This record gives sequence, C-alpha cells and structure tokens, in this order.
Amino acid sequence: MRYSVFSLLANALNGQKGWVPAWREAAPKPAYDVIIVGGGGHGLATAYYLAKVHGIRNVAVLEKGVIGSGNAGRNTTIIRSNYLLPGNEPFYEWSMKLWEGLEQELNYNAMVSQRGILNLFHSDAQRDAYARRGNAMRLAGVDSALLDKAQVRAMYPFLDFDNARFPIQGGLLQARAGTARHDAVVWGYARAADRLGVDIVQNCEVTGFIREGDAIVGVETTRGPVRAGKVGVAVAGSSSRVAAMAGLRLPIESHVLQAFVSEGLKPLVDGVITFGAGHFYISQSDKGGLVFGGDIDGYNSYAQRGNLPVIEDVCEGGMALMPRIGRLRLLRHWGGIMDMSMDGSPIIDRTPVPGLYLNAGWCYGGFKATPASGWCFAHLLAKGAPHETAGAFRLDRFRTGHLIDEKGVGAQPNLH
Amino acid sequence: MRIPCPYCGERDAHEFATLGDATLTRPDPAAADADAQFHDYVYLRDNPAGAHEEWWYHANGCRQWLRVARDTRTHAISGAVAARATEQASGEPA
Repeated sequence: MRYSVFSLLANALNGQKGWVPAWREAAPKPAYDVIIVGGGGHGLATAYYLAKVHGIRNVAVLEKGVIGSGNAGRNTTIIRSNYLLPGNEPFYEWSMKLWEGLEQELNYNAMVSQRGILNLFHSDAQRDAYARRGNAMRLAGVDSALLDKAQVRAMYPFLDFDNARFPIQGGLLQARAGTARHDAVVWGYARAADRLGVDIVQNCEVTGFIREGDAIVGVETTRGPVRAGKVGVAVAGSSSRVAAMAGLRLPIESHVLQAFVSEGLKPLVDGVITFGAGHFYISQSDKGGLVFGGDIDGYNSYAQRGNLPVIEDVCEGGMALMPRIGRLRLLRHWGGIMDMSMDGSPIIDRTPVPGLYLNAGWCYGGFKATPASGWCFAHLLAKGAPHETAGAFRLDRFRTGHLIDEKGVGAQPNLH
Repeated sequence: MRIPCPYCGERDAHEFATLGDATLTRPDPAAADADAQFHDYVYLRDNPAGAHEEWWYHANGCRQWLRVARDTRTHAISGAVAARATEQASGEPA
C-alpha cells in the first residue's frame, strides 16, 4: 500500500480498516544471495539499496530482537555533514543528500527537519579551528557559515554569552543539518526493503558462521542455518562479538554512551546547539522534550546503561551553556553501546575472511550516516569494491597508517 | 560502580580514571615482526562481553594503579589488586 493523502482519506472514511502491516513477518529461507546481520538502520538501509540500486532482491536481514531496538532507537537523532577531513566529508555529505530526499524515496514520513546545527566556539583558537572546518566543508561543496557573537545572540538570546570561564564568541552553522525521527527511519527502510522482496527476519540471532574452507557461506542462527553468497555484518555495538565468531579481532572497544530527555516544554530550542568548551549538545523533539547528551562513560561496557558521574558531567555542560534549564526535570535517560573504533572513524570494508563484509566502528555518530552507510555497504556487497565516498573507511588502515583522526580520539578513555 | 581499592577500601568509581584492557602485553621492540605485534597491541582488542580485566588509576585517592576484574555486561566488580602485585611482563601498566 502506498501512503498518500488519498490512502489517508480513504481509511478515515472506512474506519481505519484498510491499513496493512508495513512489512511481512518473514521466516528464514534456506539460502539467500546476501545476508545482512543486524536489523538496525544501517542493516535495513543496506538491504534496501541492494534491492533498489543493485537489483539484488534475494536478501535477508537477520535481527536478534526486533528491528530498531538497538542503537537506532537510542540515539539523539541529529543529522549533519560538518566534517573536516577529506576521508569523511564527502561521505557524510552524501548521507545528507540522501536524507534530503529520503521521505519521497521511501514513501514514509521520517520527519526530517533541517533546523540547522550551531557549533559554538569560546576562544580565538577555537574560532580559527571552526573557520578551517567551515572552509573545508565549503571546499567539499557543503554549506557553512561562521557566525559572530551578535549573530548567535540573535538566534539564541538565552545562551550564557558572558560565562566567566567559557564566554561564547560565535559559532559555526550548518543550516542544512537538523534532526530526523529515528524510529521512522528504521520503519521506513524496513517497509521499503520489504516491498522490494527483502526478508526481514526478527528474533533470529546469529550464533555462528558456516564455513567451507576459509570462506564463509552462511550463518548459524537460533532459527536454523541459513546459507548465503555473501554475509554483511552491521551490528555496531556488538561488532567484536560477531567478528569473534569468524575468528577476527577488531580495532574496536564497546563503550556506553548515555542520552537524556527532559519533560516536555513549549518550543524553546529550534535547532541543534553544541557547547564548544565541553561535550554537550541539545535539541528539542517535536513532542517538546529537550534531547541532549555528552561523552561516553569511558569504560568497556555492553550493559546499555551508564553511571551517575557522567550524568553530572553532561548536566554541568548544559548549565554552563544555558542556565535556564536548571530547574527542568529529566524525564528519561538511557544508554547505548557504541562501537568505538581506535581513530573515531567507521569501517566499511571487506574482511580477511572471504565472503564476510564489515560495517562497524560508528562510535557515537552512526545515526546521521544511516542512508550513506547503507548505500556504500550495498555498493561494496554488490560490486566488491568500496563506494567512492567510503574508500577511506578501510579495516586495515591502522596497519597501513591511514588513520582518519577527525577528532583524534577513539576508544582511548584518557583522550576524551 | 564502586571499586574495592586494596589500599583505601571500597571507593566510588568517580575517584578513578580508567585505561582499559589489562591483558595486553607490550611487545618486544627488537622482535623481527615488531611492526605487526605493535599494531595488534595498540589497535586490536578482544572486547569481551563478560569478564574483563582492566587498569584503573586511583587518581583522587592513593594514586595507585589497580588491575580490576569487572563484568562488562553488568558492571559488577569482582575484585581489584594493585598493579605492582601482578606479574605483568612489562612491569608497569601500559
């Protein structure tokens, strides 16, 4: 069923009886051309682009729980392409372009809202660094604007501009950035992939790999063995555990990142703001809650929950940025498991094991990459060669020295 | 999390700084394949879901390095010993 104003009207008139499930409840077939392990945004997007762009429709997405129940449902929904390095910026800009056309492409309301992201700077050195970043973005054909203090004040008069320690001097604005509804992205890709024939198999945990000689030719699951021509792994957070089944050690540590939402408010913050003197960023959901977060807790974790010292640290950052939120109450906080790669940048590459492909290492920035990650991983699976925007995301870059040190930190806790 | 420091007793994790995996051993720089060994040492991790041995530094306490056994699925800490009491080949943490 195609969603449109006419399907909405028709169902309004017939008592909403005409709606059908957005995707089939598929059982695993004995074999597929391609299996994607992991039914998050990246895995579902990969399956969709495999079917749509490359015509490979005999595809299954295997998810151990229900789709979107991992990090796709735990992020803070920000989309942006304000990166510095040539290995990153074209990829994230390709993602931004895909976001801009996503809802028409999928026939699904993903609530993509280009409300702008403003990175504040608090010192001369930081202004120089942001000017450089803005210029690098423009060289890559991406919008950016360096705002002075008066321009920032016109946008957000309630910020603490004259903070004794971290006075706000200005900010770098990417107006095309914004937010999207994270669950709708998952459901939209699932529905669109399903319509092209992709099997989305939920409650089907991969427990091992089927090998013939060196090569991987399928997976063992809790719902029986499934064979495949190629296996793509997109399970950020648990990449090391799945790779270990194939005998691989990855340049990744799993860490917990916490996020927060406040009680609902009337419209207050109409864009995304990041604090430059600490790690704090904030936006407001369409329901009214302030959505914010900060740093990882810093120790290895698979627990999907964090500890109080980091909560205190994040809230201190918020108070330094906009003291008026001090009397707000927290509605919820939660944790997700981050694939912290050693240079802070992702991996989309073949592995040394024939038949096994890896999409991992998204650190705390995977959501914005969802469309391009799927696009580039599908390209890699279909063509056997990396997409032109993802050529730097090599698994062996730590061995060859071609690190992508965008922020200069990965998993190493004492660098955060 | 509370870490049972062998010198100070059980203290809040807030007082500590962490440095991660304590099972890695610094390779011999004179070895013929030192490049490959250092790549593995610096970048690759077992990253287990479950029992994990890791270094914690009691920065706001006795300022000793500890080797802490912690479960990464539950954050439960089963023990901590002074790093200098362990038999690391390198003799000191990372």
